Amino acid sequence: MITVKYFASLQDTVGKAEDKLDASANLSIEAIWQTLHNTPLPKGMLVSLNQEYAALTDPVKDGDEVAYFPPVTGG
Amino acid sequence: MIHILTEPFDPWQVLADYQKTHIDGKHSYGATGVFVGTMRDFNDAHGVQQMELSHYPGMTEKQTEKIINRITDEWDVLDVLVCHRVGVLLPSDPIVMVAVWSHHRVDAFEVSRAVMEKLKSEAPFWKKEVRDNSDKHWVEKNTAGYKGV
Repeated sequence: MITVKYFASLQDTVGKAEDKLDASANLSIEAIWQTLHNTPLPKGMLVSLNQEYAALTDPVKDGDEVAYFPPVTGG
Repeated sequence: MIHILTEPFDPWQVLADYQKTHIDGKHSYGATGVFVGTMRDFNDAHGVQQMELSHYPGMTEKQTEKIINRITDEWDVLDVLVCHRVGVLLPSDPIVMVAVWSHHRVDAFEVSRAVMEKLKSEAPFWKKEVRDNSDKHWVEKNTAGYKGV
């Protein structure tokens, strides 16, 4: 199982904080978004894999945690 | 050390406590650099009455630690303390504190500034402001950083 998390404005956009996805297919981070939302990831969004910044093309495997979020604005 | 705080904090009290428990007795430090960021009651010409700060538990701590390690690898620093609020903040509430102890002033100045700039661009925190008209608005970008002197 893959855990998919959403933060900030993207969480509002999708209307939830988290999804779970069966890891049977070999998907990239970008493809996971497409599979779950049937639309391209909005431009300018950032992604992480297991809490490290990642690229959209990075592959995701069973047990991984993927997250999608807008540019950060802390501090 | 990194603290993500869900309740309001007094940076000067935290600093005094940390100084007592972690720094006192180390006689080789000659400089302490401290930055405290507080919530403004305006942003982009809008009045702001409240702010909600969210983060990515786990990744925020991990990325902040990486920022500190990366920067302190390049400078001569004895200790770094970072405190960052999450949750609901009101104007004048402290948001963040970065404190750096070093032998010489250049390291304390440079590391406190560098950690702050990287926190603002790499640590997963997000601000949602409640404007004076009660509209809620995600902040899309931070203000420009250091321009040099």
